[in-house]
Amino acid sequence: MAETLLFNALREAIDEEMGRDDTVFVLGEDVGVYGGSYKVTKDLYEKYGELRVLDTPIAENSFTGMAVGAAMTGLRPIIEGMNMGFLLLAFNQIANNAGMLRYTSGGNYKIPMVIRGPGGVGRQLGAEHSQRLEAYFQAVPGLKIVACSTPYNAKGLLKAAIRDDNPVLFFEHVLLYNLKEDLPNHEYVVPLDKAEVVRSGKDVTILTYSRMRHHVTQAVKGLEKKGIDPEVIDLISLKPLDFDTIGASIKKTHRVIIVEECMKTGGIGAEIIASINDRYFDELDAPVVRLSSQDIPTPYNGKLETLTIVQPKQIEAAVENMVALKV
Amino acid sequence: MVQERTLPQFQAPPAQISSEEGLVLYEDMILGRFFEDKCAEMYYRGKMFGFVHLYNGQEAVSSGVIKSLRSDDYVCSTYRDHVHALSAGVPAKNVMAELFGKETGCSKGRGGSMHLFSSEHNMLGGFAFIGEGIPVALGAAFQSRYRRDALGDASADQVTACFFGDGTTNNGQFFECLNMAALWKLPILFVVENNKWAIGMAHERATSQPEIYKKAAVFGMPGIEVDGMDVMAVRAVAQEAVARARAGEGPTLIEALTYRFRGHSLADPDELRSKAEKEAWLARDPIKRFEAYLVEHNLAEEGTLKEVRDRIQTRIDDALTFAEDSPEPSPEDLYKYIFAES
Repeated sequence: MAETLLFNALREAIDEEMGRDDTVFVLGEDVGVYGGSYKVTKDLYEKYGELRVLDTPIAENSFTGMAVGAAMTGLRPIIEGMNMGFLLLAFNQIANNAGMLRYTSGGNYKIPMVIRGPGGVGRQLGAEHSQRLEAYFQAVPGLKIVACSTPYNAKGLLKAAIRDDNPVLFFEHVLLYNLKEDLPNHEYVVPLDKAEVVRSGKDVTILTYSRMRHHVTQAVKGLEKKGIDPEVIDLISLKPLDFDTIGASIKKTHRVIIVEECMKTGGIGAEIIASINDRYFDELDAPVVRLSSQDIPTPYNGKLETLTIVQPKQIEAAVENMVALKV
Repeated sequence: MVQERTLPQFQAPPAQISSEEGLVLYEDMILGRFFEDKCAEMYYRGKMFGFVHLYNGQEAVSSGVIKSLRSDDYVCSTYRDHVHALSAGVPAKNVMAELFGKETGCSKGRGGSMHLFSSEHNMLGGFAFIGEGIPVALGAAFQSRYRRDALGDASADQVTACFFGDGTTNNGQFFECLNMAALWKLPILFVVENNKWAIGMAHERATSQPEIYKKAAVFGMPGIEVDGMDVMAVRAVAQEAVARARAGEGPTLIEALTYRFRGHSLADPDELRSKAEKEAWLARDPIKRFEAYLVEHNLAEEGTLKEVRDRIQTRIDDALTFAEDSPEPSPEDLYKYIFAES
């Protein structure tokens, strides 16, 4: 076991996969000589050379399309979005070509590529650098969307994403890069399509992902003291959603709270609620509640920013309310 | 209004072509022309749907460039992609079946006119939005260099030919990709088919520098202007560019001055282009011109050319029968091809 920071867990995943398969390469802004803005590709340039760790000009849509072309012709690109928000500039290549081209080509081409980088609300980074693109991209057919949350799952999921033959949007969180965890010395891969049951419980199902998992974990400490026994599920895969795990939990608890960092309108939670109504309406003892970020551009001011995203106390209160309405 | 660009006086390139090579080019141009004429007929008869953009008039560019490539080189096209696919070797019957939305289409009926793909023929697509094919083509070219220089595969000398129109050269992806291609010396040909019109927007009204080939210079890349109605001229320029790319000497920007003989798409009433302009360009028909060239240089007799035309007409008729007789995709396969199964 070795204590590893999350950014280093990601780095190990890339390093191991590049060593395992020489068609895997990294491209993006400052991934090479500079080592990546969050040091996820540190020293890989020296190890693998300038073509396999390719510093690109600041041209997001074009280098993303270039990765699509490289993937179509047999390479396995990993794009680093210096900040995932920048990839709004690559929306066309991600949606039309990474997402849809396999289908529109009638299966002529596969597009094994990973688009990864920091998303989420950081500390006073301003609106443009505090985006949660997972919600914007969830409607695009053909994309897999994954959010990691711990050093362990970050490493295992990224390795799985690199090996997957489809385009994977891989969300890291800008405030989680320095999380520490003891990682196994042996190689492991974490499946992309499985939610993680973080805490088993019987009273209510809390569905969450990315940094909000840690806010939920804080809230659970308070709830435990009050005798409440929640089940916490880290969704991991935001598309497709793992309804086997979600459904099994709903059949046990009959109550669901969604805690997400994306905005409420058109968010991941909105899609989950609609799907739960389709699939498990009869299992529910209460309407599904969602705690989301406010529908506003993330303000710079620290206090306003705190009010924009969900805080542990709000989660605790929402769970208590739901359990108190117990029928 | 800005002054319209005057056509330069092109010097005819020296004839260096065998009878056999000449007939390959001729057959390819005839195939493109006859195929598109059949598409127009089928569209107006209500057998073909969606947006259909025909290539009539521009055949010298597709044939001149793609017939200068090897079969393992890559071709990347736009929404006006039928003829590029045909030149790249995608069988006419599979292109026609795609336009009919059939399971036997080159994209299994999922793509349609603007999304023709064939991995077997290294046909990268069929890209319907302006400019989006250029980065994809750049990726294929990067892949060739990657295999050669990062993986040490000396046989990885494939070249990519990327086609697009004059309207695209005002889009950021054009400039971004010229920059990267020159920066990394990628084996790619950027082939601009300047047909003077982006639907209803005259080229001169859309760009501050209408001479597109000059835009290569700022990237330190050769930019070449060529008569796009002369297949021999296009071929000569393409061969030189392909040789440079294959030798690892980097990209070339080719501006072929050409004209589409039909509207932007079959849905375009084509009311903006003047009769005089159309007639002037129709008089420069690349196929008639090449026929005269072949006969004049004793490379083919009229009887041989007629045989080619008859053979191609039969192939088009067979393609139509094949498309009409082919099955539709199965409703059970609605979700097939969303994801690759690992």
